[in-house]
Amino acid sequence: MADPILRVEDLWLRRNGHEILHGVNLEVFPGQVHALLGLNGSGKSSLAYTIMGCEGYAPDSGRILFDNHELAGLSMTERARLGITLAWQEPARFEGIPVGKYVSLGQPQPDRDQTVAALEAVALPAKIYGYRAADQTLSGGERKRVELAAVFAMRPRLAILDEPDSGIDVLSLVEIEKLIRRMAGEGSAVLLITHREELLATADAATLICAGQILFCGDAQEARQYYSTRCRSHLESLGAQPWDATNPEAQAALASNGSLRSPISGQTPEG
Amino acid sequence: MTVAQSRPHIVGKQPAWAGEMAAMLDAYQQAGGDPQALQLPEVATLVISGNQVLATHEIPGVHFDARPLQHGVQAVITVEPQVHIERPVHLCFGVIPTEGKQEILANYEIGPGAQVQFLAHCSFPNAVRVEHIMQAHIHVGAGASLTYTEEHFHGTHGGVDVRPHAEVTVDAGARFVTTFSLTRGRVGALDVDYQIDVAEGGVAEMTTKAYGTGEDQIRVHETVRLNGESARGLTRTRVAVGDSAVSQIFTSMEGNAPGARGHMDCTEIVRGQAQAHNEPLVVVRDDQAQVTHEAAIGTVNRKELESLLARGLDEDEAVDLIIRGMIR
Repeated sequence: MADPILRVEDLWLRRNGHEILHGVNLEVFPGQVHALLGLNGSGKSSLAYTIMGCEGYAPDSGRILFDNHELAGLSMTERARLGITLAWQEPARFEGIPVGKYVSLGQPQPDRDQTVAALEAVALPAKIYGYRAADQTLSGGERKRVELAAVFAMRPRLAILDEPDSGIDVLSLVEIEKLIRRMAGEGSAVLLITHREELLATADAATLICAGQILFCGDAQEARQYYSTRCRSHLESLGAQPWDATNPEAQAALASNGSLRSPISGQTPEG
Repeated sequence: MTVAQSRPHIVGKQPAWAGEMAAMLDAYQQAGGDPQALQLPEVATLVISGNQVLATHEIPGVHFDARPLQHGVQAVITVEPQVHIERPVHLCFGVIPTEGKQEILANYEIGPGAQVQFLAHCSFPNAVRVEHIMQAHIHVGAGASLTYTEEHFHGTHGGVDVRPHAEVTVDAGARFVTTFSLTRGRVGALDVDYQIDVAEGGVAEMTTKAYGTGEDQIRVHETVRLNGESARGLTRTRVAVGDSAVSQIFTSMEGNAPGARGHMDCTEIVRGQAQAHNEPLVVVRDDQAQVTHEAAIGTVNRKELESLLARGLDEDEAVDLIIRGMIR
């Protein structure tokens, strides 16, 4: 097997006095769709922002290696120019910047055909959307598809997609699944963040994260089974925010479950 | 457009006029206008350089009465009631020399039920010390629709003192939409002052965009009084200032009648040693009226910035793109 394009080693992140990531380990390979699965607030997006180098997300310890080069100290721009990019869960909106222009931004050389193809890959006809502004006049779903088109047009080596399925209708979801597979087929590594187990069918591998800890990493279908039969039901039984450190009852319940407490990387969980 | 091709509506044909006209057309283009449009017989046109009326071209339903003053022009622009003017009326104002004063006293009378768009380009491409004063009275008759788009180009020296002032009356059921843009080259000193009164069922929308650098001074007063029942008002102000430029935005919206709805939306981006001030004023005199406002003053939105950084733009490129988009 090829070397991983992304290797996260024992990553710890603390923000505003709260532990967000607890010794996270993760590997993503070229051409692989790797799902990162977890409930809201489990640390998925924080991990994405940390990899991307967003402001306020410098890790307290641990390493992030991209193509065997450590990313520490690199700006977002430098990381993007290495081939890492991120599609935001709730993409920003831009007054006056046409969709076509936005989609072409990450291309090394602006390529109109590639821009058109990227828009069509997310079922947005370029003739209709190319000159529209990427602003609040787009619906949430349209804006998310524009974001995915921009990532696709960039042909990144690592695409981090933060919940591309949220706010997307069922028909569009099919297009997005196809696009994700297409990106991987063209060699991009895709880190697919989601809390919808349905999207796991698109993934080659999956990692479960809860309260900033990796619970499982391995086969996507095993992850789906684990998530649906044990992880989700258990966490949901604890309430909306089981990872809330100020909630002693939830923390005690979480800690009492050995299989949930131990970070397991690359191993199939028992049961 | 070449001078040799000039059409009958051109006011003079002397060599001096021809040179002035050619210079104005260049300036018009620099301000974002299309000189070819001034040649079209179906397009109403008024071209004023300094205190000279270089060209007028009327079309059915649109009339100009322009007379020179010592330092400018007095103009009455009339659109007949009920006419629908398909192509925008083109207005071109400017001063070509490095120094000078231009005062435009303009009365716009838009007849009831008329529908018309104006494209006004004001250009001072060589200005080192130029003063431009626009004192306009605009009356939009009942049920009429006027869209007035004004683009400025002040050259690169920052030597222009521009004061576009307008008093606008929007009658019942009428619509007035205006956009003022000064986003290329230097601003110099800009003092925009629009006072808009809106009657029952009328609509007023005003957008102001400016980008100041160097020592530019931007001062914008926008006042919308929603006096009639169900009147609507919207102001959108988009200003960016860099270097040591200063912007001062004063926006006032009054809800004075039942069902009146107004909104003020201001974004100012500040870079370098620049300063931005924003003072929204909301006055509501009727318990069935509502006025809202939102403002974002300061740095660019972090999420917008990071979205662009994640595509490989550096911070300067990203901020410039955000600003250019905002004032586009």
